Formats: sequence, C-alpha cells, structure tokens
Amino acid sequence: MKRNLIRLTGVGVLLIVLFSLLGFSGGAAFDRSNIYEVLSRHGALGVITLGAALLIVVGGIDLSIGSVVGLSAVTFGVLMESGIDLSGTIFGYRYVILTTSPISPIPAMLIATGMGTIIGFIQGLLVTRLRLQAFLVTLCGMFIYRGVARQVTAKNTGLVGVRELHPEFGSTLDFLRFWLVGKAENGALVFPAQLVVCLVLATILGVILHRTVFGRYWYAIGYNEQAARYAGVKVERQKLAVFVICSTLAAFAGVLLLLFSGSANPSDAGTSLELYAITAAVLGGCSLRGGEGLMIGFVLGALVQPVINNLMIFRNIPSSAEPWVMGLILLIGTIADEMIRRRSRLSR
Amino acid sequence: MSPPLLVANGIRKQFPGVLALDNVSATVSRGEVLAVVGENGAGKSTLMKVIAGVYRADVGELRLEGRPIRFNGPLEAMRAGISLIHQELNLAENLSVQDNLFLGRERTKWGPVKLLDRRASAEKGRILLERVGLPGRYLTYTVGELPPGQKQLVEIARALGLDAKLLIMDEPTSSLTQKETDRLYEVIAGLKAGGVSVLYISHRLTEVKRCADRAMVLRDGRNVGELSKAEITHEKLVRLMVGRDLTQLFPRSHFPGNNNPVLTIRGLRFAGGPPDPIDLDLRPGEVLGTAGLVGAGRTELTEAVFGLRKRLAGEIRLDGHLVRFRCPADAIRHGVLLVPEDRRLHGLVLEAGVEFNLSLPNLNRLNFATLIRPHAVTKLYQDAIARLGIKTPNSTVPAGLLSGGNQQKVVFAKWLARGPKVLILDEPTRGVDVGAKTEFYSLIDELAGRGVAVWVVTSDMEELLGISDRVLVMHEGRWAGELERSVLCEEAVMQLATGGGQT
Repeated sequence: MKRNLIRLTGVGVLLIVLFSLLGFSGGAAFDRSNIYEVLSRHGALGVITLGAALLIVVGGIDLSIGSVVGLSAVTFGVLMESGIDLSGTIFGYRYVILTTSPISPIPAMLIATGMGTIIGFIQGLLVTRLRLQAFLVTLCGMFIYRGVARQVTAKNTGLVGVRELHPEFGSTLDFLRFWLVGKAENGALVFPAQLVVCLVLATILGVILHRTVFGRYWYAIGYNEQAARYAGVKVERQKLAVFVICSTLAAFAGVLLLLFSGSANPSDAGTSLELYAITAAVLGGCSLRGGEGLMIGFVLGALVQPVINNLMIFRNIPSSAEPWVMGLILLIGTIADEMIRRRSRLSR
Repeated sequence: MSPPLLVANGIRKQFPGVLALDNVSATVSRGEVLAVVGENGAGKSTLMKVIAGVYRADVGELRLEGRPIRFNGPLEAMRAGISLIHQELNLAENLSVQDNLFLGRERTKWGPVKLLDRRASAEKGRILLERVGLPGRYLTYTVGELPPGQKQLVEIARALGLDAKLLIMDEPTSSLTQKETDRLYEVIAGLKAGGVSVLYISHRLTEVKRCADRAMVLRDGRNVGELSKAEITHEKLVRLMVGRDLTQLFPRSHFPGNNNPVLTIRGLRFAGGPPDPIDLDLRPGEVLGTAGLVGAGRTELTEAVFGLRKRLAGEIRLDGHLVRFRCPADAIRHGVLLVPEDRRLHGLVLEAGVEFNLSLPNLNRLNFATLIRPHAVTKLYQDAIARLGIKTPNSTVPAGLLSGGNQQKVVFAKWLARGPKVLILDEPTRGVDVGAKTEFYSLIDELAGRGVAVWVVTSDMEELLGISDRVLVMHEGRWAGELERSVLCEEAVMQLATGGGQT
C-alpha cells in the first residue's frame, strides 16, 4: 500500500510538471478548447487503460487491445453501412453464413462491444483452461483481429458514408456522438464526454477493485496465484472475468474511436494502443508482476500520454519525437520505482 | 599453537528497528562442527551472513586464521575459503552437475578463446563428487532432476572446489529425507576428518546432539551459552534458547473417542499419485499423524483430498455423504481445510497484509452484496490476534515480514475462523521456533478436544510421537502400517517408513 502511494505521488508530480510546461508554452495551451481536446483523448485512452490495468493486477497481460479497438471500430461502421455480411468466396466456392440489412447505431454499438466480450472470453479460456501464456495468446489475437478487421472491409469506414447511405440513422448518431464523445452535429467538441464516460467506468471498477470481494481476490491472485487457490479462490473464474472486462472495454473504446474521429481505417485504427495502455497502467502504479496499483493511479496514468502529445504540438516539437519521450519517461519511472523497491528491501 | 580457523569478536549488526546482533562472539577451530542454535529471530542467520560476507558488521572483527578479514560480498568470502550453503539452494537447475560445479570459474583452454575444457573439469569434478560420496556419473545429470538431498551435496562439492575451509549450512536438513540426512552426516564427518570446519544452524535439536562438537546458543541477538558435546542435552538447549523451562512441550487434554469417521476415503487414486488405491478413516476429535519419508506421497495425498489434484478413482465421504472436491473452494465449503506444507508459496500472500490474508477465505461471510464489510474484517483480525497471540505491528504489514511462527499462526487463524470439520496440517511447525511450537501443539489439542478431526503430516519425529493419537506410516505411496498411541515409538515408525513391513 505504501508503495502504491509513492507511485501515485510520482505520477502526480509528473503530471504537474507536464501541465506547468504546457502552461508556460503560451498561446492557446490553456484555452478551453485545447484542454477539452486533451481530456477527451485522456478519456479515450483511460477506458482501455482501466481494462489493461486490471488484467495486469491479476498477473495477466493483453497485447490484443489495439487490434480489438480497430476491429470494433471497423465493425461498428460496417454494420451501420451495410449490415452483417458473412459471405464470400473461398477456393472458388461461394459461401453464405449470415447476411442482414444495415443495422441501426445502438444495436450496432452493442454488437461491436459484445464482440469484445466474446474475444475476452475466448482469450480468457485459452489462458485459464488450456494454461497457455497470456502474452502468447493475446499476441496471436493481435494479429488475428487486425487481419479480421481488414477482411471485414478493405477501405475506410466512416460516419459520413453511413449518413449518406442511411439518413434515418442520423439522429441516433448525433445523440450517441454527443453523449459518448461530446461532439456536436457540426463535429465541434462541446465537452470531454469521453472523460466522463471513463470516470463513470473507473468509479464502477474502482468500487469493484477496492471495495468488493472480487477486487480482493484479484489482488491476491496477482500477488500469489497459488496461495489464492489454496485459500479457496476460484482463480480461473476470476481471471476469466478480468479478461472479459479488458476486451469488452477495448471494443467499447473502438466504438468511441469511430464516433470521435468519424472514420476508421481497418489497417491502422487503434494500432499500438495496447502499448500505450500498458504504459499508462505502469505509470499509474501497476507492476507487471501483478498485485499492485490503485484505480485512481490508472486514471492518472492515462493522462500522461495525451498531455505529452499536446505539449509537443505547443512546443513545436515534431510528433516523431513522441515515442522516445514516452519511452524515456517510462524508463525513468521504472528506474525510480526499482530504486525505491531496493531501499525498502534493505530497510527490512 | 596456531590460531583458531575463525574468530568473530563482538559482532554488532543493526537493522532499522532491530538490533539483530549485539556483541556476539564465536570461535571455530579447524575440523570442528559448531552448531548455532536459537529461536527464530535470535540472529543465527544474520551471524552466518556476516561471516559469509553477505552483510557487513557495524562493530566487531572477524579473523580467519589469525588475520583480520573484511569481505566485500560473499564472492570474496568464498575465495577466502568461507562458503555459505543456502537454505534455498543456489544451483542453476537447468545445467548439469559438472557445469554447476565450475559455474563462474570454468576451466578453459586455448587462452583468450576460452574454450571450455571439459576433460579437465570432468577429472576435477569426479574428485569433488567423490568427497561428498556421489558417483562420477552424476557429472552429466541435470541438477533439476536430482532430489533435494543430492542437490545439497552438489552444492557442498562446489564449495569444496573453492578449497573451502569453513562451510556454513543454514538448516541443511529441513528438506531432506532421513536417509539423505544420514548421508549428509557422513559427508560432514568426512569433511571434518579432512580439516574442513562446519558452522551448522538447525532447529532440530536431535540433529545438533548427533553431529555437533559444540553448540552455541543465541537469544535475542546475544550469546547466552555454549555446550560442549558431552553437555548437549535437549533440556539444556531448550532452556538456553527459550530462557525458561518448557513445562510441557506436548499438552494433552483431549480424549479421542471411538466415533464414526467424519472423513472416509475408499480406493482413492489421483493425478500424479501412486498406482495403488488409498483408504483412510479419520474420526472427529482425534489427531491422526502421518509419517513417511519425504517423497513417500503424503503431501500429494493431502492435496488430492483438498481438491488440488484430479481424482481418478475411488470415493471420498464426509459424514457418510459422497463429496466431490474439484477445487479447494469445494473442500473449504465443506469444512475440509488444509494448512499447506509450503506456507510462503501456498499458505500466504506474502506481499499483502495480515488482515488481507486472514480475510481471504472468509470473505464469503464478510460481505454485503459482494461489498466487503471493513468492520467485520477488522473484527476478524482482532479476534485472530487475540486468540492466537499473533505478533504483528499492525493489520497491513506484509505477512512476509512476520517471523515463521507468526506467519504460520496467520495461516491457522484464517482457517479457525471458518470452523474446521477436518483440519489437514502438512508440516505445521516447519521453521517455527520451539516456544511457538508448544502453542501450536496446545492449539491442536484444543481443536481435537472440540471434535475437530486433525490430520497431521509431519517429518518431525518428536512432533509425530508427541501429538498423534494414531499414526499411519506411508511408504512409496502405500500405507505401510498403522500404530496406535500405546505402541508408538521412533523405531517402529522408521521401520515402517523405510519399507520394513509390519512390526
């Protein structure tokens, strides 16, 4: 617990420094529109970070998040454009599994998100029942879901196309867009709704993690899976649940992505988001060994990357520098954490 | 007269919050086996680590063959001839015995090319193995496949390869079978004859009596006495260690009745178990002891009963009703509880707090609509502390920081809160000091008195004889025989455990 607090202080100080730098950048850095932009991205990254972090708490890892985001975004768009079309040609044979007419936005959103639930369930079963390594299962998943997304459609899918083809979906889309990502009909950002969504989810998951029996089981599993099992925790069931949560949140984030940016490209929507999510989780206090971290830390951790990204724009640093800056910050954080760990070990 | 091999004088070592060693002195002569005895936390391990260069003393001096020494780390100590044989062995399990013997100082040829000189290593390796009584063919074996006793011999051989003058062994027999232990004594005797000295830490007082030339006792980080070989008796050692007489090590107030068995096992076979089916009856209010050599299959049997191993055949009945435990949660729900052999790996979440650990199996009662009730958990914690006298600074201190005895009390306490019907104890007092052992024994007695069926698996002969109403001896996965309390004695148990048949 003490170490959790130290880490929380760490990410807090980092954010204060970053925000100060942003403040002194002059210009429009602290304008409402810019801050909303940053907080929006924060919310979007936050949603997937929550799932990634919980999985790390139970000692798992998910590398497929980015692909799930991409697949979900593309599926969401394609469902609204043309409906389900599970037909095609293989080895010269024409096959048809299921085709439907275009699906209206809310069911489409639920289907896309539910797909994440199924993916999480399958991955979770592979890890807990077949005892495969989470790293490998989700690495395979990363390739598979990306591939599937590119099979679903070869071209961009977007809200503009949906509106053109199906004007009757327009009002529902406007409603979803306003309440989930805070964008008005004309595409202007009215408020950072994604952050609100993220905070609502974080509150629910925070109560589960810190106040319920399940959360306590998750920490126990993350620290020492064997001891948890010997104490009567149904380890497999709990881990499976967290895999489901993680992938479901990722798929939901795909829906948000399409609503926010208006279009999604099957080959690059959501790429490397899993790495940003894991980075955010670690900055927020997770140890990849499992068992550590607080919900508030995960939320704060997800704010780092959006602020750095924004800072670079205002400092006129080319965005190509962002990866190494992020990497360096994570490395410094890791070194600091290890130093603290060593000191506390010696003081025993 | 030449100076003694090692002299430690006025050693003081302070850790934050604890004075681990306070003006401790020790002398080891050439070819002498000195046993260091004391309760957990008395400072034995710290003293060993100071001598082996792991820690540096704050005050005090060390002399090796009369010359003052000061090591920067265990490597320097090893080069000077002082080797620490660890409690957790330090061998590379994936490498062969030969590779391990020369790890870090490989014999090479062709100068800077550093090609491994296998022939030279094999020759030297054979000599080293011979000194610990292992045949030369062991050189090619992978260390991970050796039983613990032989691993330890390999580690000793490695130390000998460094021309060790002083071997420090911290609880060397804690994971050995009786046979392996005997073998180790022979090796120690051989080393002694060859002029090598041994500093030996043990909790098992019978062993100290058997193999040490001299015993020094530490209590609370101070020297409290020394006994020569002739003076070493169990009572004297315990009195020095505890600082008082132990009135009764094994309290007995329960009377096992002849009730119907609460747990009945018939024809049980399980994954990873022996091919022969196993039967067992366990009655409420009795303490059933199970003896056998390490590797006889006792732990595996308890795991199978607790739902950790897949049942292949046979049946388990609880109060006459057929039960199927697919996982520990099922067993726990029925009141069949296991205190596992390895408490650090299976019994506790070391990084988490005492309260966290206590709550873990009891959360099903301590919640309201899955929300944990903090007050109920705190009450559970306070009750446990009071009932078992667990010494902990607070409820959130990581369980791993407590002493062995207190850790084990936490494991016990988490089960007591559930009201056990059948309590399976696998090596319940391993790594627990003498004072705390008595507390556990009286607790076991009390539980049996209240009608709990207690099934104790133990390698500690004294404990087995002291607390059991009935003993089942296992040999290679089969029951070798049953001994009632009236005919219980060490010889009878050993005869059965080594496959000597019914007495």
